[in-house]
Amino acid sequence: MPFSIVVCGTLVPDPLQTLEPIAGPGQPSLKNEMMLPAVLDPWAAHALYEAANLAAQHPGSKVWLVSLGPKAKLQQVMMTVAQKAPFELVALDGPASGFTDSFETAEALAAAISAIPGLDREQVLLFGGWESASRGAGSTLQVIGERLGITEQFLGVDRLTVQPDGSLQILERVEGGRHQVSVVSGPPAVLGWATGELGEPRNNPQVGMANMRLVMPALQKAKPSPLPAAGLCYQSVSLPKQVRETRIVRNMPADEIAREIVAWIAEE
Amino acid sequence: MEVDIVCVGFGPATAGFLTAISQAPGLPPLQIVCYERADDIGFGVSGVVTRARGIRASLPGLDLDQIPMATRVTSEKVVYLRPPSRARNAIDLPYIPPFLRKHDGIVMSIGQFLQYAGGQIMGAGVAQIWPGMPVSEAIVEDGRVCGVRLAGMDVRAPLTIVGDGPVGAVGRQLADSEPKEWAVGMKMVVDLPESATLPAGTVLHTFGYPEPGIFGFLYVHPGNVASVGIFVPSWMQAPTQTAYEYLQHFMLHPYLWRHLQGGRLRSWGAKSLNEAGRTATPLLVGDGFARIGEGSGSTNVLTGSGVDEAWTTGVQLAEGVIELLREGKPLTRENLETAYLARRRASWLETEAQAAAHARDGFHHGLLPGLLGMALAGFSNGRVALRGKPKPLSDTPPPPREWPPIPYDGRLLVSHQDALLMGGKVQAPGGFEDHVRFLDPAVCRRCGYQRCIQMCSGQAIAAGDGAVPSFDREKCVHCGACLWNCRHGVLAFQAGAGGLHSSEN
Repeated sequence: MPFSIVVCGTLVPDPLQTLEPIAGPGQPSLKNEMMLPAVLDPWAAHALYEAANLAAQHPGSKVWLVSLGPKAKLQQVMMTVAQKAPFELVALDGPASGFTDSFETAEALAAAISAIPGLDREQVLLFGGWESASRGAGSTLQVIGERLGITEQFLGVDRLTVQPDGSLQILERVEGGRHQVSVVSGPPAVLGWATGELGEPRNNPQVGMANMRLVMPALQKAKPSPLPAAGLCYQSVSLPKQVRETRIVRNMPADEIAREIVAWIAEE
Repeated sequence: MEVDIVCVGFGPATAGFLTAISQAPGLPPLQIVCYERADDIGFGVSGVVTRARGIRASLPGLDLDQIPMATRVTSEKVVYLRPPSRARNAIDLPYIPPFLRKHDGIVMSIGQFLQYAGGQIMGAGVAQIWPGMPVSEAIVEDGRVCGVRLAGMDVRAPLTIVGDGPVGAVGRQLADSEPKEWAVGMKMVVDLPESATLPAGTVLHTFGYPEPGIFGFLYVHPGNVASVGIFVPSWMQAPTQTAYEYLQHFMLHPYLWRHLQGGRLRSWGAKSLNEAGRTATPLLVGDGFARIGEGSGSTNVLTGSGVDEAWTTGVQLAEGVIELLREGKPLTRENLETAYLARRRASWLETEAQAAAHARDGFHHGLLPGLLGMALAGFSNGRVALRGKPKPLSDTPPPPREWPPIPYDGRLLVSHQDALLMGGKVQAPGGFEDHVRFLDPAVCRRCGYQRCIQMCSGQAIAAGDGAVPSFDREKCVHCGACLWNCRHGVLAFQAGAGGLHSSEN
């Protein structure tokens, strides 16, 4: 059974760089944000790899990557992402900041998905990260699903198995390191992926060149999507706290290491 | 796959080439692809003070406000650093020789500049720059370079441009000679303490400490950020410390520490520098290929400048290629010699390279002869110089020497491994084989002084079983120092993915 897999995902500043929030004229931003190298949001990247893997197993399936971000940055990020997996890009030229409103983002993405020529809405699997590295609300994908009328929604997905009768078995993360197992009769469905089970594919120049034939035209006709953010007010912004302490201790028993880590987590 | 031009490596030289191509009106549509080994463009290169003559000629409207960490030079000083225990431990030289001056130049991060230039190039639709894709080798058929080989794909092109730096795999494959003079450049980008008073654009050049033969620098970027680093040259035959340890002692010198104390490590990186310059120019053109940038011997050791020179070689090649394309001439060795080499040889680049050719020879006799030789060469435009030949690298460890302990503070003075993680953000994507291999274990076992371990910038090479060094790809910053520090020539250094992952270097 072929699937129409639509992956929503955009760029985030490379988390390994120095990220520094600053107050902007309308909303906060990151210092030198436009000049920071960017990567595909890691949550969405997992969804893309799962989508490509699923499409490869079901001939006739197709993957679209729908990205809303500054066009110039999208182009640069696509030079890496396009080497990972086959997809067709749908680009929207707008902000990809962590401070954009998830509702407005979802509205723009839903409209772009609705406008994909020839998309069989009944066969759509809407993939994305269950949350984002730059906005932790985790609500964008759900709103897109609602806007598209897709009521079967799964979040924190680690595994999707297409069963012989065409139904989809889905494992969602729940508390305590366990999974909730659901079965849905088939598409359409929304799957917000956690990390999935696939590693990051090695760059493949052939995949990159094949994708690029469609990436460049998609970027050229990227629809401006400014996302006005009317009514939003930010009280304060901060980066996730990072703590790094290094000690070199030889021959420390594993139990003792574990006890220290537990004590450290408890302090937090 | 077939394209019109394939470029190996995206550094300043290739950026210059593609920028010049993008500015040429009326060219037929070209498919140009560029493959860069690092995870993104601008990773793994270094900060700089440059006069930027070539860069500014290419980009006359260059707005430094558009490039983070870039600013004009506001003051410049050469400082002789003496041992910290001396009552007078630093002497500001009253005069900077004209050949060294950068007073009309720019302080910037090459990483940030290349991000800017890459964005402009791709935005203009001139070229596709593919990061994270090391080039294994050039495809050579009947003496002609026909393209490059990637992992799993050949890219064929009438012209291959080799800009993969001094230790690049393709550059070495197509070279007919090897440089004999090298240095490891290692630096940190530091968030200066709030109390720091150094204005943006301040440039300090130093010599004398932590060893007489080590040159150092401190450049101040906008936003109270500084680049601090050293060069450990190959003519220091037996360093007593690793480059990282030398860098820490350098920063702790009271002359610098008064500005750095309380600062925070922001980025860290290292690279090899080809310091042979004009004296070891490899084959620059051949049928189907041309070489640009540092790997082409463009670095000028007299003026202490390489980035602008590399950029300019790229621009000169672009001008030559544009000329040949417009005239419908094939990209043969003869035509490239006329269109590119002749242009390069007639430019300021060559004039200054000739003056610098033997400027550093004196250092093979010691620090003072070295400084004297530089002065003679600089003031006579190369007509007079102290001559000397590189001595072979030492095969025995130096006698132990007492160095003061490093007062680690967890912010700026951190362990070498923390510098890799906190500063270099070093990455090693899966699926690639080791790019450093030891070809003859028997030779390694006999090696009296395993300099490859001592000089490894990332501690990626360590003592292994049976006296054969081991290699840890996850720590490698791809500086290539191991390559020229193996005096037996039994170390293979190939193109690999990953390495430094910071664009602030």
